[in-house]
Amino acid sequence: MALSSVLQSESADFSFNNDRSFSFGCRFGQTNLGFGAAPGDRLNFAIKASLGPDDKDGPERKIEFLHGTTTLAFKCWINFSVAERNHQRTASKATNFSSQEQLALLNQPAIPFVIIPQFQHGVIVAVDSRATAGAYIASQTVKKVIEINPYLLGTMAGGAADCSFWERLLARQCRVYELRNKERISVAAASKLLANMVYQYKGMGLSMGTMVCGWDKRGPGLYYVDSEGNRVCGDLFAVGSGSMYAYGVVDSGLRQDLSVEEACELGRRAIYQATYRDAYSGGQVNLYHVHSEGWTRVSQEDVLKLHHQYQEPKK
Amino acid sequence: IYDRAITVFSPDGHLFQVEYAQEAVKKGSTAVGIRGKDIVVLGVEKKSVAKLQEERTVRKICALDDHVCMAFAGLTADARIVINRARVECQSHRLTVEDPVTVEYITRHIATLKQRYTQSNGRRPFGISALIVGFDCDGTPRLYQTDPSGTYHAWKANAIGRSAKTVREFLEKNYTEESIATDNEAIKLAIKALLEVVQSGGKNIELAVIRRNQSLKLLESKEIETLVTEIEKEKEEEAEKKKQKKST
Repeated sequence: MALSSVLQSESADFSFNNDRSFSFGCRFGQTNLGFGAAPGDRLNFAIKASLGPDDKDGPERKIEFLHGTTTLAFKCWINFSVAERNHQRTASKATNFSSQEQLALLNQPAIPFVIIPQFQHGVIVAVDSRATAGAYIASQTVKKVIEINPYLLGTMAGGAADCSFWERLLARQCRVYELRNKERISVAAASKLLANMVYQYKGMGLSMGTMVCGWDKRGPGLYYVDSEGNRVCGDLFAVGSGSMYAYGVVDSGLRQDLSVEEACELGRRAIYQATYRDAYSGGQVNLYHVHSEGWTRVSQEDVLKLHHQYQEPKK
Repeated sequence: IYDRAITVFSPDGHLFQVEYAQEAVKKGSTAVGIRGKDIVVLGVEKKSVAKLQEERTVRKICALDDHVCMAFAGLTADARIVINRARVECQSHRLTVEDPVTVEYITRHIATLKQRYTQSNGRRPFGISALIVGFDCDGTPRLYQTDPSGTYHAWKANAIGRSAKTVREFLEKNYTEESIATDNEAIKLAIKALLEVVQSGGKNIELAVIRRNQSLKLLESKEIETLVTEIEKEKEEEAEKKKQKKST
């Protein structure tokens, strides 16, 4: 199995019976609010109206997590280049998904707006924290930045389960690399490992769009990796439904000589603007700064507070 | 039948197959490796070829990647397998990690491969010891030696194969900071070491060097001859000096 080869252990048995019940003690296929789906299983979020055991044709109100999200990351380097990536699965890039897969994709928390500009002080990572299911806001306090290890961060866009599972697996691989080779893994290698891991499951319904950010001996590193198999290096990426708004703000504000505080403020402002206009982004703005010593959590601010802060001077 | 291990422990804790493999290595032609400051040198004793045999097909020094190469002593056929696997691993590493291998990494890979064969069904250990030399990304020169049991160690200078002990003793006496001060000196040290055990001089020596940020270079027989003549001249001068000292 691809996963056991990834884990390189015969004892890792990830085969799932379809009969096994997931969290909440519900029968699989019926009410399934869990995040415990295994790779290969179709993520199934369905609240079944109390009809018969007829799963397929009965009227179902599915919990849909739209990929409302805005995740943003940018490197601040000598030459500024802010690349915000729009990871809008609903639009363009999405291949034709069946309604099931649509669900799986929709099971993304509001794609936080992650701006990752490169700058000489490292990488700034800013994300929102909203998860939606259709018009329903499932959570306003989702952690969309996954701390792989003290000097590597991963952002989450797409399926929450997929992102957190695979990034934790990546953390394990990174640690093993560190122990075997007596030196930290490079950001390029870490992102390559992740990309290769999920590529084995290409076409099986994984949904993950993540940015691997870190600092290694080559300086700040920023890679976008997704479950399609894309892996690109860049200076600025914004991913999610709110990414367009973020791009606008960052592109107009990015300069070569930003200080750390200015860059953080830029990231914060960009996410705020995205949450202002994008219905599927909101909650709080989580800001991280990746520098040569590792990453630091800069701030977590509620969008409403930021709203008052920015709107106040206008009055 | 693949259900029985060939390498099993003896009552007193030896793995005889591994030890026999080490005996096979001792029968192979000598190879010497020297780690200089900006250069790493590999020298092997060239076995005399039959009259009709094409000399160029007998190569005991092989490049594993641009910056790493190895020489071996022992069963040539076994070495071919190991070298092929190592070459593939060098490229796989470049693909997954986006960086060239370090000499230690590829040595560890080869050693792990050898160890696996000492603990598998139906397989015998590899009958080779390898000297792996090269430069890491950060410019540090490295020399490692592996043996059939799967262990590996780093060395400043080492020899394997026939009469390895003699050569190693020579190196222990003569490997000093000044003897490897320049590239040329390091190469000459390798030749001197081999001359201890190789009959008939420069014709039977094959030499290869890697300099920092350069690929493997095999020295031509002419160059070797020149160096050998240089060495013999130096020896004569030394002998002369000693005679003079004695007489005065």
